Amino acid sequence: MNSWINLDALWKIVVIGLLAGAGLPALFAVGLRALAPATRTADPKAGAVPAPDVPAPELRGKVIAGICFVAVLAAMAWGVYSIVHSG
Amino acid sequence: MVTRRFVTGNSVLLALVVATALGFDFTNGFHDTGNAMATSIATGALPPRIAVAVSSVLNLLGAFLSFSVAATIASGLVQTHLVTLTVVFAGLAGGILWNLGTWYLGLPSSSSHALIGGVVGATLAGAGGHAVQWHGLTSKVVLPALLSPVIAGLVAVVGTFLVYRITRGVPEELRGRGFRLGQIGSASMVSLAHGTNDAQKTMGVITLALIANGSLGAHAKAPVWVIVSCALAISLGTYAGGWRVIRTLGKGLVEIEAPQGMAAESASAAVILLSSTFGYSLSTTHVATGSILGSGVGRTGAAVRWSVAARMAIAWVLTLPAAGLVGAGSYASAHAIGGTAGTSTVFVVLVACLAGLYLASRRTPVTATNVNSQWSGPPAMARTVPAGATP
Repeated sequence: MNSWINLDALWKIVVIGLLAGAGLPALFAVGLRALAPATRTADPKAGAVPAPDVPAPELRGKVIAGICFVAVLAAMAWGVYSIVHSG
Repeated sequence: MVTRRFVTGNSVLLALVVATALGFDFTNGFHDTGNAMATSIATGALPPRIAVAVSSVLNLLGAFLSFSVAATIASGLVQTHLVTLTVVFAGLAGGILWNLGTWYLGLPSSSSHALIGGVVGATLAGAGGHAVQWHGLTSKVVLPALLSPVIAGLVAVVGTFLVYRITRGVPEELRGRGFRLGQIGSASMVSLAHGTNDAQKTMGVITLALIANGSLGAHAKAPVWVIVSCALAISLGTYAGGWRVIRTLGKGLVEIEAPQGMAAESASAAVILLSSTFGYSLSTTHVATGSILGSGVGRTGAAVRWSVAARMAIAWVLTLPAAGLVGAGSYASAHAIGGTAGTSTVFVVLVACLAGLYLASRRTPVTATNVNSQWSGPPAMARTVPAGATP
């Protein structure tokens, strides 16, 4: 602990900040990816025109997406809780 | 020297200070709307008017969520027992003038730094160098200001890189729609955190003034009317929307896409909330700007206008000394004329300066209709901001 820089607080902010601030959007992205129809990711440049009737995401994808989004929402709720109880 | 005994019970002076503090709170709100909403407005996640309305309501809610900081913003920075009503007034004058000046130039700058600079400048003029706690000022204000944009920027770079990597191949339509929703959520968190942090700063200033005036005991908490009026002032300010600053943050710094916007606002929300949890005072503006820059660096092929970033950096360096100079000047003028007449005179001059800046801004207006127009330079420099042009 340095009298000029609160190193203890600083490293916590960086580490937890990366987990929450970068991890949550990444988790959200995983959820979105799970919702995307699988056929489109295979070969986007091969000239295969996207099928006119885009298939609905599979059940497995929906479940994964649901888990991701709920986790993100829970983290936001924790954020609000931490505002209310800060100090 | 105006002593505390001299000003005790001076209700005219106190009214001037409270009015100025609420005015500062208003500028704080509208200067910082962009921190939360600029990216959502730029990507079309929310229409401009709706975005500022949402942010305004969340700022109002945020102001009532927690009162842990409401003690005083000045503690640890100046010797609070040497702070008089005139010092508080002069400090606020410095803060407001800097906020409106940077708004005119379309530059995001820290409202807390403006306030601290003003109060420190006024304290220097009123009580001398010994009344300023230089170590506290460096460790609590200057160093965090250097570190916060770097930390937030780093988080945003990693977040942006990850979201683009993970959603590679996801159809554009789904990706855009999903991240625009995510942006609204993350920007709402930033608004809420902003209301909690920044409204409390003004509550602290008014409480400090009431204590200096003898209206409250030395360790009193903010009275209810102070909490309510500060919450309303910052919320109204947010709703007024500092469109000039929003434009710079949303369009000037980086051309933002929805995934970048969500990554930037998540980084801001996380860093702001964590820093208040761990008692590290960061400026919302520095964090938000660092995040937006980071989201530009993290996306391959995104253009970052470093010249705009450099202008901001210069403004940040100047914030403390410039607001301090105005604060010191205001104090010296008020003190030279003396008493309530002196403070009233400075108040009138301040209002005249603010009116002048407002009138000057009408020559290159930025409003909800042209906030997203193609970037052609900062508002005060561009000949005209194309009115009503669609991006």
